[in-house]
Amino acid sequence: MRALILGLLAIVFVGAAHAETTAIVGATVHTVGPQGTIENATIIVTDGRIVAVGENIAAPAGATLIDASGKVVTPGLFTPYGDIGLVEVGFSAGPVDRVQRGDQFTAGFDIADAFNRRSTLIAINRIEGVTRALIAPSAGGPDDSGNTSHIFSGLASVANLGDGADSIDRRAVALVVNLGESGVSFAGGSRAAVLLILRQAFDEARDYAIHGDAYERGQHSDFSYSVADLEALQSVLAGDVAMLANVDRASDIEVLIAFSREYGIRTIIRGGVEAWMLADELAAANIAVILAPTANLPSNFDRINANLKSAPILAAAGVKIAFADGQSHTHNARNITQSAGNATAEGLPWDDALRAITLTPAEMYGVADRVGSIEPGKDADIVIWPGDPFELTIYADQVFIKGESIPMISRQTLLRDRYLDTDDTRPPAYRN
Amino acid sequence: MRKILVVVTAIAVCLTACDSGWGDGAAEPFASRYTGLAGTTTLLTGATVLTGTGERMENADVLMADGKIVEVGVGLKADGAVVVDASGKWVTPGVIDVHSHLGVYASPNTQSHSDGNEATSPVTAEVWAEHSVWPHDPGFVTALAGGVTSMQILPGSANLVGGRGVTLKNVPGRNVMDMKFPGAPYGMKMACGENPKRVYGGRGQSPATRMGNVAGYRQAWIDAADYRDKLAAAEKGKGEAPKRDLKLETLAGVLNGEILVHNHCYRADEMSVMIEIAKEFGYTISAFHHAVEAYKIGDLLAESDICAAMWADWWGFKMEAYDGIRENAAIVDKAGACAIIHSDSGIGIQRLNQETAKVMGAAARVGIDITPEHAIQWITKNAAKSLGIEDVVGTLEAGKMADVVLWSGNPFSVYTRAEKVYIDGALAYDRNDASVNPVTDFSLGTAAATGGAQ
Repeated sequence: MRALILGLLAIVFVGAAHAETTAIVGATVHTVGPQGTIENATIIVTDGRIVAVGENIAAPAGATLIDASGKVVTPGLFTPYGDIGLVEVGFSAGPVDRVQRGDQFTAGFDIADAFNRRSTLIAINRIEGVTRALIAPSAGGPDDSGNTSHIFSGLASVANLGDGADSIDRRAVALVVNLGESGVSFAGGSRAAVLLILRQAFDEARDYAIHGDAYERGQHSDFSYSVADLEALQSVLAGDVAMLANVDRASDIEVLIAFSREYGIRTIIRGGVEAWMLADELAAANIAVILAPTANLPSNFDRINANLKSAPILAAAGVKIAFADGQSHTHNARNITQSAGNATAEGLPWDDALRAITLTPAEMYGVADRVGSIEPGKDADIVIWPGDPFELTIYADQVFIKGESIPMISRQTLLRDRYLDTDDTRPPAYRN
Repeated sequence: MRKILVVVTAIAVCLTACDSGWGDGAAEPFASRYTGLAGTTTLLTGATVLTGTGERMENADVLMADGKIVEVGVGLKADGAVVVDASGKWVTPGVIDVHSHLGVYASPNTQSHSDGNEATSPVTAEVWAEHSVWPHDPGFVTALAGGVTSMQILPGSANLVGGRGVTLKNVPGRNVMDMKFPGAPYGMKMACGENPKRVYGGRGQSPATRMGNVAGYRQAWIDAADYRDKLAAAEKGKGEAPKRDLKLETLAGVLNGEILVHNHCYRADEMSVMIEIAKEFGYTISAFHHAVEAYKIGDLLAESDICAAMWADWWGFKMEAYDGIRENAAIVDKAGACAIIHSDSGIGIQRLNQETAKVMGAAARVGIDITPEHAIQWITKNAAKSLGIEDVVGTLEAGKMADVVLWSGNPFSVYTRAEKVYIDGALAYDRNDASVNPVTDFSLGTAAATGGAQ
């Protein structure tokens, strides 16, 4: 298999190997940046960064040349919501670190330290092009002791799926909150109470901002939230951290738009099944939407007006969109290309769909200066594809994360290879 | 293979012509009242046709009349037929999903709609999924827009034996009888592994382990065999017939070869054990469902003539799904076994063609060439075989039900959509004409109604 990939890419060492510079030559490059799509392009990568991209660029002497002629190149894919590195097996198989219950933390629960860069999910997803992921805490049902999750699930981070120890690119980029049906069970049964809890929490954070010193000196009554929670809420009020709201119903989104305006909060919607009904309002409020392009069933009363055309409707109104299909945003985050293809089939322009799985999530979480497009100065997250990456039969030939050519091997390819050779009559455990 | 077909044909005849063997010839309860929509003679012309028999025909025509396929060929003529220009488009048999919970876990998924698991006892062979089916589930319509013309609705997997499944035609009716696939044999759902032992073990009840699961299946078969034997003896005038027992009646129906076993089973080692149980009690397993590890025992499935119904790529959501690989169905197919792509999902059922395509692409990377004409069988012919309806549907052969999908292009492209779906020769869905499309009662007044089926 490894030999096959090497053969496909025809890696040629020119002159004295100078390991730090790589030139990817001859592909159709969708930069998702100002240079748009470039035919027969050259990308120069030095020390993990893109230094140049364009036509007629000569590879520096000593660069490793990768012949990608006839191939399609895109930025690495960015899954904008999920649990990669926070879960191995989701159900009845030990801890699932994305969910926190009990009273010790709410808004201040920072998921980053739970990230496991050696999880099997990392390799399985990155060999299909996913190079960056939002890792998000989320709500769950009560545990055996009756501890429950909260309206605030906590702080999400951006991680890269490379092999380095520096997995967390940016910590605490968004505060996850659960509105609508998902929040009701944490607020005594009514979504009106959800809003009251939100309001009280942010008001308390404002109060803490003003009177925090007095509190430290014991001259202020106790706050109902921990200091970690209040500081997280403050960063949201300050605009440093986005509020990532799980919400579907149009009426809840209307309330959310007003709330975000009142408190000056930068909001991102995740789910957003009925967001298409408020496309203009969301565009005006600069609220982005992470949606599942295939979620067209009225699976609860918050989603009665589910619509397959959500993605093109929102995009046409100027709303920034990204994709996380509900059934596949973690173990199968790799299927983000299928989401993009389906959104395209329903009317979203192809380039917009590619942006939705690359640059837009990077912008949402404040890391677009480093990733999301193929531009000089950015991390070299690059995927070489044998054809249209949205097509279901197309899989990545090679993936680079921060300039590193990652091994195109996962636990799944190892299982596959073990059982492909039907002539090997030894018990499977004795096979390769 | 041939033997099974003969058995299946006999069952179909029996289900339509016989009573249940009880009483004095009373009509079969809950019999199909499916009549189909009114169709017209229709000729699709100039398409790339995947017949479902493994063939691909270019620039071919498909003629449907009186609910049946009349002919597939080049340059067909038919007086008075509605002619649909299908040039540049592809035509396939209607898609069949062998594993759906539409209607029994209907949208919206409120507790009130949770009708798929009679999780009150580990063996509930007495329940029938059809008695939970809500025909107004909007998921039937969205599945139709994905080219699905028939599907098996199954009980859930909480129980060792979950009850009877039912095969439906995807034409929403006023009740489940209106939708029942005429002549289709019943299925019976069994479940291996984590679910039954978790549900009952969690209550301090058996089964709490996989070995407890196996003891549970075997005890049920012992009871069923005894019931069957007493009935047979009584028919010969030896002893009194036992009181009618719905649970044992269904299990005995399996032993008699009239009801087909659909066995939820992820792991290869557990499938192998289930095959032993089937041999012990003399029944056959029609298909393993959610067969995530089928690729590890392709040879065994082939020699046992058991289909494996699989997802393209679901994995890791629980321990028994940890070894899922994208190439599963292709490796099973290569081993000569019957591969099926199934959904178990109201979203997934809308794109079984796409799920199939993902396997084709993954297989190609390791040198397994799965052509479109071959792959289409995973969601048509092979599905029909496992449901015991292969003689009447699943391929575009003369005389079969005219369940046909006209696709906008290659059905294995992400950009392709089902444009027209015919069921028994009648236009049941048209992507470009919302007035044709069904809107369930539940969807009235919602976006699904204004936009037609979505």
